[in-house]
Amino acid sequence: MDYILSVATLAGINMIAVLGLSVFTGFTGLFSLGHAAFIAVGAYTSAVLTYYYYVPFALALVAGSAMAGAVSLVIGIPTLRAKLRSDYFAIAILGFGEALRVLLENLTITNGARGLPGIDSFTTPFTVLFCLAVSVVLVSNFLRSRWGAACIAIREDPIAAEMAGVRLFRTRLLSLMVSAVFCGLSGGLMAHYLSFIQPVMFTLTQSTQLLAAVIAGGMGSISGPLIASFAFIALPEALRVAQMWRLVAYGLLLVLIMVYRPQGLMGYREITSLFGKRRDDGRRER
Amino acid sequence: MFLQTLITGLSIGGIYALMAVGYSLVFSVLNFSNFAHGAVIMLGAYVGLALATKLSLGFGLVLAGSVAGAGIIAVLNERLAYSVLRRRKAPSLYLMISAMGCSVFLENLVYATIGSRFYAFPEFFGRQVLTLWGSSVSLLDMGAFLFALVSIFALHVFISSTRTGIAIRAGVSDMTMCSLMGVDLNRLIAIVFLLAGGFAGVAGVFLGIKYLVYPTMGWVTNKAYIAAVIGGLGSLPGALAGGLILGVVETFVSSYVSSVLRDVFSFSLLIAFLVLRPNGLMGQDTEEKV
Repeated sequence: MDYILSVATLAGINMIAVLGLSVFTGFTGLFSLGHAAFIAVGAYTSAVLTYYYYVPFALALVAGSAMAGAVSLVIGIPTLRAKLRSDYFAIAILGFGEALRVLLENLTITNGARGLPGIDSFTTPFTVLFCLAVSVVLVSNFLRSRWGAACIAIREDPIAAEMAGVRLFRTRLLSLMVSAVFCGLSGGLMAHYLSFIQPVMFTLTQSTQLLAAVIAGGMGSISGPLIASFAFIALPEALRVAQMWRLVAYGLLLVLIMVYRPQGLMGYREITSLFGKRRDDGRRER
Repeated sequence: MFLQTLITGLSIGGIYALMAVGYSLVFSVLNFSNFAHGAVIMLGAYVGLALATKLSLGFGLVLAGSVAGAGIIAVLNERLAYSVLRRRKAPSLYLMISAMGCSVFLENLVYATIGSRFYAFPEFFGRQVLTLWGSSVSLLDMGAFLFALVSIFALHVFISSTRTGIAIRAGVSDMTMCSLMGVDLNRLIAIVFLLAGGFAGVAGVFLGIKYLVYPTMGWVTNKAYIAAVIGGLGSLPGALAGGLILGVVETFVSSYVSSVLRDVFSFSLLIAFLVLRPNGLMGQDTEEKV
C-alpha cells in the first residue's frame, strides 16, 4: 500500500509540472526542451529555504514557485521579444536549461553536483493532491480568461492573432511564466518528498519526459496530458520495467504519435466532454 | 601555450563543424531541427568501434564503414520517422518532436542493449606529437582539423557543381517547384540524409577516438546546433566557420577563464546570437513567412 501511495504521489508531483508545460506547449504552441530547469529552480529554492533558513514549508513552496517564475523572465524576455522561430526558441531554452544545471553544479549553496541530502520530507500525499487540485483549478481558470484565449489564438495562428490585437510578446511571456510557476511548485514538492535533490535529476531527459506527456496527452487539453503523465509514471512501475526501456518506449511513442495521431490522446477535448453534456464553450470547437 | 590552445580549439571546432554541416544540411532542405542528428553520430561511432575492435580494421576502413553505416541509419530514420510527416506537410514542430523522439529512442536503445559502458577506440595515431613553432600538437588534433576542412570543401564542391548538388540547392529554395521540374523528391531527400549521416559518421569516429564511445555522446551535438546557429542555419560555409569559432572560443575560455564556465559561456553565446543575429554570420533570412 505504501508503495502504491508513493508511486501515486510521485505521479501527482509530475502531473503538476506537466500541467504547467501544457499551458506553454499545449495551449500557446511553443516547444520547450528546458522546463526541467524551472523544476530545478523551484526545488532548490524551496529546499535551500527550509534547509538553511527554516522557512515554513508552505512559504518555501510559494517562494520556489515565484523564483521559477522570475527565472523564466531571464530567458523569456530576450528570446520571446526577438520572436524566434519555434525551433530556435526550443534550442535556446535547451541551452538555458543546460547552463542553469552547470551553475547548480558549481554553486556552494546548492552543495554542487553532490546534491542536497536530508531535506525535511514535508510533502505528504495529501499535500500533493491538494496542490494538484488547486493547480488544475488555477490553470483552467487562466485558460478561460482573456489571457488564456489570447494564448490559444497565438497557438492557432500567431500572425492572425497579432493582427487581431493580441500582443505576442506579453502573452507568450505570461504563458511561459505561468508554466514555470507550476513547474517550480512541482519542484518544491519533489524536493520535500524525495528529501534529496541533485542537479543531475534535472536534465534534458526530464524535459523530454514532460514534453512527451503533453504531446501524448494532446496539445490543447488539460486532462489529456494529466492522464498521459500518470500513465507514464504508473504503468512502468506496475509492469516493473527498467528505467532505460521506459525511455526507449517514450521515444518510440513520440514518433508514433507524430506519425499516426498528432493530436494526441485527447486532442483538443477534455475528459469531461466524454461524459454526457458538452459544455457550450467556444474554445473547444474545432 | 597560445598556439597550442588555438590548435586544440581548431581541432575541436573541426569536429563541431563536421556535426554542424549534417545538421545544417537537413535544416536547409526540410526546414526543421533534426534533433536525432546526435543519435546518428553516436551510432556512427559504435559502428566504427565495432569495425575497429571486432574486425580489427585499419583507420581508413573504419572511417569508411562508419560513414556508410551512419548514412544508412540516417536514411532509414528519415524514411521511418519523417517521410510520412513530410508528405502530409505537417508543421515543422511535428518533425522536430518526431526527431526528438528518435533521439531518445536510439540513445536508450543502445543504453539498454549495449550498455552504458565507456569504450575506447584502439590507438590509431598513438600519442604522436608534432612540434610546431615550439609548441607540441597531437597528430590526431591536426588530422581532425584538416579532414574536416577537406571534407567540408568537397561537400561544397559537390553541392555547387554536380547535377544532384544543383537539385539539392533547388530543393532548398523551393521544394514544390523543384518537384514540378522533375526532381524525385524522395530520392533527393534520401541523398541529403545520406550525406548528413556520412558526416555524422566521420564526426562520430573522431569524437570516439578523441574522447570515448558511450550512449549519450551524441549530446555534444548541442554544440553543433550552437555552431550552426553562429554560422547561420542552412549555410555550409557558415557551419564550418561557426564550428571553428565556437571550438576556438570554448578552448580559450576553458584554458584562460574557467573550464567549468565553458558550457555556460557557449549557451550564452547561442542565446546572444539567436537574439541579436538570428540569421548567424552567413545565413539567409529565415523568418517564418505568412
